[in-house]
This record gives sequence, structure tokens and C-alpha cells, in this order.
Amino acid sequence: MSDQSTVFTRLPETDDEREDPERATREEVLDFWTDRFGVPPETFEGYTFWERGAGKLWLYQGTPPSPVDIEGLGMTVLRTRQEHWKPTLEAVQRFGEHASENVIRLDEDAARAFVAGEDQELDWDGDWGYLIVTHDLADEPEPVGVGLYVYGELRSQVPKGRRREV
Amino acid sequence: MEPLDRYRPIIDDFEAFIDACERPLPSAVRVNTIKATVERVRTALADADIAVEPVDWHDGLFVLPEDSPGANWPYFHGWIHGQEEVSVIPATVLDPQPGERVWDACAAPGSKTTQLAALMDDAGEVVATDNNLGRISALRTNTERLGVTTVAVTHEDGRNHSLKPFGGEGYDRALVDVPCSCEGTIRKNPDTLEDWTLSHVEGISGVQKGILKRAVEVTDPGGTVVYSTCTFAPEENEAVLDYVLEETDCEIVDYDLPLSHAPGITEWQDESFHPSVTNAKRIYPHHNDTGGFFCAKLEVPAE
Repeated sequence: MSDQSTVFTRLPETDDEREDPERATREEVLDFWTDRFGVPPETFEGYTFWERGAGKLWLYQGTPPSPVDIEGLGMTVLRTRQEHWKPTLEAVQRFGEHASENVIRLDEDAARAFVAGEDQELDWDGDWGYLIVTHDLADEPEPVGVGLYVYGELRSQVPKGRRREV
Repeated sequence: MEPLDRYRPIIDDFEAFIDACERPLPSAVRVNTIKATVERVRTALADADIAVEPVDWHDGLFVLPEDSPGANWPYFHGWIHGQEEVSVIPATVLDPQPGERVWDACAAPGSKTTQLAALMDDAGEVVATDNNLGRISALRTNTERLGVTTVAVTHEDGRNHSLKPFGGEGYDRALVDVPCSCEGTIRKNPDTLEDWTLSHVEGISGVQKGILKRAVEVTDPGGTVVYSTCTFAPEENEAVLDYVLEETDCEIVDYDLPLSHAPGITEWQDESFHPSVTNAKRIYPHHNDTGGFFCAKLEVPAE
């Protein structure tokens, strides 16, 4: 049952400890969340970050010896090794409440269209790129997923398997 | 229903038992406290016009008399998970604490795994093992949707569970909710008895013994193991407990269960079992209007 694609390698803390030049460091991951979304680094205190395959990062609480060859380790959090790093829907739902920047709040109809996987034209004064999408649920804003805002359009990044007609 | 006839000697009010088995069971959902509070889920379900009934022994459970759990906002956000009432029992009996290491020996599709993580406030480590890659995929989907960060998944036969990937560390607790003949799920899956054979029951009993034995071995002294099935078959229940009492150093202990139940049995056909198996609980569908279930709590003696 051993296969390279199932091996998780723990991220180095900083650039000094990096052996694979393409591998993200923990420091870079925390900087990404702070710089792009204003999520404070202490949000991830107590978590370890792991890479499986090329670029997909996972977040976990334990500290098994690295590398570890198993089927899953916590939750997927971020896609790296590409120009624009992309957070996962799961990470945004779990940690997006700590975000203060690049957060777009949708009304009920727009939120339904978003989770059904539809792209929609919307006004947005902020940066282009990946945004955290929220809507109101049980009287409070709740992060729902990731959208890509370009050319006046919010493109739903909800994975096919997660799309729903709610 | 014919395979159930053999339980006439051990079940009180057998006719009520059969009547209950013939009634369909409504859907139920468990609140995922990792992502939401019971109060917010109640509000969100009400806003979506989904009728819910409370469950008196567990405030994080709702029965949905008219709906299935799938296509609504609270589900999309991972605030709720479809899980029937009796399936919630074993994790509550195991009672894992934040920061502990727990093994879930037959984890997929992950209802109980994610419940364990929630009971631990998603702090600690839950190693979730399954031998079927397709079912592991369902487990992974559930841990992701429910936002669980403490579950590590291994693909192996629970009987040969390896501690190596985790540096050889043992566990504080283990949940052994084994594959079984599923007789107790008849209200959910009416054709579950169609392929019933005694040889299957006897065969799977061997697998169950092996997995429970391994769980006792990898649990540290002073630790707790919970064994559960969704079947009535003594071959898969008390006989398995009797085997591990012989083969390993552990005890079967009493526990509180806020649901009506019958004790484990010490006699079945020409077999007799250790007296402590009466500390295990049998939950019959006519007792609480639920599915059927069996649950035992084991303790590994402290050194």
C-alpha cells in the first residue's frame, strides 16, 4: 500500500531549514494567510503543516515523524507551487472567521448561486484574485468557500463534488 | 425477518420487537460542535423550514421526521452530519478527552470518527483505520466537510494495525465499531437480512475477535476500549467479548446508558460466556424506537 502520492512531508519552519527549494515553509504559509486575508498567525498555533504530492498542503494537530505514509492527515488547507496560492473551501470554512481582508459578503440568492457552482457578475472594489466568500446564516456572517474575482466576475471555486442546490 | 426468529428466547416482548423492526426509521442528524453550536444549528434549520424533533438523551441530536440531511445550508457548512441515534452511543461511552490519542479501528465512513474528534474539541489525535479504499474516500470527504483537523487516516486491516507511522505510541482509548451482520439496521435498510447466513455471522465473528484483540493490545495501561456492533447476534457480541477476556488482559465494566436496554447474555444455544458480559448493553428497536445496537466498555488495567 506504499505509494509516493500518499506520503506526507512536514513543512520546514523557515527558509534556512528548506531542502526542497519548491516546498513552502510554515513561515510562508502563515504570511500568506496574514497578507492576503488578515488572518493572524496565532490562529495556526498548535497546528503542523504537511505537503502531499506536489503543492497540496494539509494541516494537522499531531506531530508524527516526517515523512509519514498514510491516507490522510488532518485537512487540506492550501494549494501551493503555483503563482497564486489557493486556499481550500474547507480551510476557509474552518478558519475564515478570522479573516478581515479580501472577504466578500453575498446575499442569499448570490450565495445559493455560488454553492451551485455558478459564476456571477458582481461589483467588488478590492483586489482581484482569490476571495473568501461569506453569507449570513443563523443571523451571523459565515464563510462558505473560495471565489476567484476577475474582470468584474466572481467565479465559484466550489469543487464539483461539494456543489449543492440549497 | 426470519433470521431474527432465533432471538425469540432472549428478547422480551418478541412481538413488539418484530413490529418495531418493520417500521421505517426517520433520518437523524448530529450537530458538529467543531463548526457550530446546537443553538445556531437549531436556528439555521428553522430558517430553512426543516422540522426537527429533539432527542431527550442527547441535546446535539435532532430527528428530521420529513427530510433527509443532505441539501441545506447547515449541511453544506458541515454544521450537521447524518447519524442515527444508536450510532451516537459508542463514542459517548468511550468519552475521549481533549489532547488524548484515540484509535478508531473500523472508521469509515467516519460518523463516529468525527464525533470522537468533536468530543475532544478537535484537540489531540484520532487515528482512523479502514481496510477499504472506497470507504476511506467517504471518510475523507466527511472529515473535510466537518472541518476536523485531528484525524489521521490509515489503510490497513485493523487486526494488524501498525503503530509505526506514529513513532510507536499507544493509545489512551480505542473505539472498535466492527463490520457486522447489521441486523439492527433493518429499519433503515429493509433488505439487510436478505443475504443473512449463519456462516457469514460465524466468519465475521473471527474478524471481530482479531480487531478487538489488537485494540486491547495497542491501548495503554489504564486505557479504555469500547466495542460495538449494530447486530443482535451473540456470536458477534458476547462471544467476541468472551474471547478477548480469555486472550488479553482486560475487564468488561459497567457504564451508564440513558436509554432503555437489556444486559448482555451469558448463555446462547450451547455456549456460555463470562459473567461480566452482562455489563454490555443490548439496545432493541422496541425499547426506544431506534435501530438495534450492542455496546460494551472494556478497561485495560493500570500497571
